[in-house]
Amino acid sequence: MAVVTGTNWNAYDAATMTSREIYGRTLAELGKHNEKIVGLTADLAKTTAIVHFAKAFPDRFYNVGIAEQNMFGIAAGLAKAGLIPFASTMAIFACMRAGEQIRTDIAYQNLPVKIIATHAGISFGHAGTTHHCTEDFAIMRAIPNMTVICPADGIETSKAVQACVDTPGPVYIRIGRGFEPPCYESDNYTYEIGKAITMREGTDMTIICCGIAVLQAMNAARVLAETDGLSVRVINMHTIKPIDREAILKAVTDTRRILTIEEHNVIGGLGDAVGNVIAESGKGCVFKKHGLQDTFAAIGYAEDLYAYYGLDANGVVDKVREMMGMEFEPDEDWNDE
Amino acid sequence: MALSTQERQKLQDIARELRLTVIDVMAWSGGAHVGGSLSIIDILTILYFKYLDVNPADPQWDERDRFVLSKGHAAAGLIPVLAKRGFFPEETLKTFNHFGSPFAMHPDSNKVIGCDASAGSLGHGLSMAVGMALGARQRKMPWKTVCLMGDGECCEGSVWEAAMSAPHFKLGNLIGIVDRNRFMIDGETEDVMPLEPFADKWRAFGWDVVEVDGHDFDQLDEALARAWVATDVPVLILAHTIKGKGVDFMENNVVYHYASADSELCARAKASILKEG
Repeated sequence: MAVVTGTNWNAYDAATMTSREIYGRTLAELGKHNEKIVGLTADLAKTTAIVHFAKAFPDRFYNVGIAEQNMFGIAAGLAKAGLIPFASTMAIFACMRAGEQIRTDIAYQNLPVKIIATHAGISFGHAGTTHHCTEDFAIMRAIPNMTVICPADGIETSKAVQACVDTPGPVYIRIGRGFEPPCYESDNYTYEIGKAITMREGTDMTIICCGIAVLQAMNAARVLAETDGLSVRVINMHTIKPIDREAILKAVTDTRRILTIEEHNVIGGLGDAVGNVIAESGKGCVFKKHGLQDTFAAIGYAEDLYAYYGLDANGVVDKVREMMGMEFEPDEDWNDE
Repeated sequence: MALSTQERQKLQDIARELRLTVIDVMAWSGGAHVGGSLSIIDILTILYFKYLDVNPADPQWDERDRFVLSKGHAAAGLIPVLAKRGFFPEETLKTFNHFGSPFAMHPDSNKVIGCDASAGSLGHGLSMAVGMALGARQRKMPWKTVCLMGDGECCEGSVWEAAMSAPHFKLGNLIGIVDRNRFMIDGETEDVMPLEPFADKWRAFGWDVVEVDGHDFDQLDEALARAWVATDVPVLILAHTIKGKGVDFMENNVVYHYASADSELCARAKASILKEG
């Protein structure tokens, strides 16, 4: 990875800037060091904050108007021309309006187009269901060659954006609207695409989560330790694909209770990715998927929706308590090594 | 400069041979989009044997001209051209559509040497071509990007998103060609979903439109020569063609949009191509 300065973000930055804002500034910084980077948007330069790159490099930035299909097709062409395009729009318009361009023009040809999709999940709750996106993990996971990433906060967004530049092939990074509080104190930690981060050790159960759920899981784990005496491990599975099988199986072996949390439909997302790994391993454990239960979300501000759907710390505490009461059949022959 | 007699004859000879190969591919592959492949053979011939600066010995040569076959179903037209141009042995065309072959009904740029873009889902090519043209300008590279579309394909809204963007970005290094053979799968374009006034639509989107007979090498040459001179306006060559061109019983016959061939049909088709000269 290129050595980059000016991208050292801390908790103050992440508390005072949205993840989008940090993304835009990070990309503008990366642009100074890598002239292959170009930017694209479909009339959402300010909204996705790629405007920071646009201002720094106006001749390397293309706004195609409200035409997402054209944007991703052009991005494919730019990649074919030897460049590294970063294309930004809202998640819903990336993965669905331009879904076929992403699948056929970009992923099928295995081109290094970096899709930075904002306003994902229910983070833009008050915009209504047209602007929610709780299906993108499922869509992007099913596309060969695609790497799928969901950073925990603004600091990690910057880490992911820097790391994806040199990752071969297409990368999908989904971020929210971004007024969520930061999860990390600083960017002084090792980030590697495809390598989960254990945020907190624990022995009674493990929460595997991504995005906004990481901070909530951390807060819940702290409460559960104090009030219930529970030791809850929290794994930040920032890369949904390729999934970190090793971290999942170790958690199964160590804690035998796994709860997944995601700001996504429970069908096709992080929970299913984790569940597949567990099922194929043949190991028995208590397993629950927490997220949107195959429903379009209600309308409301993000924090109200997170509370309503149990994606805040209180909701996570409830889920953990529910799961601690559940039994499973231990296998006598279970090889725990 | 106009085509010399010798040059014209050479192009006609190549096009005739390519039409014969298309019929072979139709047989080897078990079926092909023969009508729309034959309609673009003359366009592909003049592109690959006069205009496009490509190097079969170095297919990924960075400065090469780019060609996007947006009407990807005409791979049975493009792939024999790439073989004849020397990107791979013509013998390999016999594998067309078969297990493990690089050649399918729609071209895969990661498998077909010399093919610049995977295509097959209609309405995608022009956007990719816009990206390639922007990339050339940004990297200060001399290459031209040519995108060949079908007329029926222009029902797709994404074509017009791309059409709107190319003049906005002042892409004088981009050349669009539409194979106006007037047919789509379900019938004549003007019956299924009318495109006319077609040239005016492209003009209204800001393109410099040139209408030609897509089987007349002199007209194609004149239009391409004009398009090759860099300006800041993209050129759209509206090439009026005949679906199934060169095989009398296939011409303007929608049955041959996609068809398979037995040896008897192949022989009849080849006889017609050779008779037409």
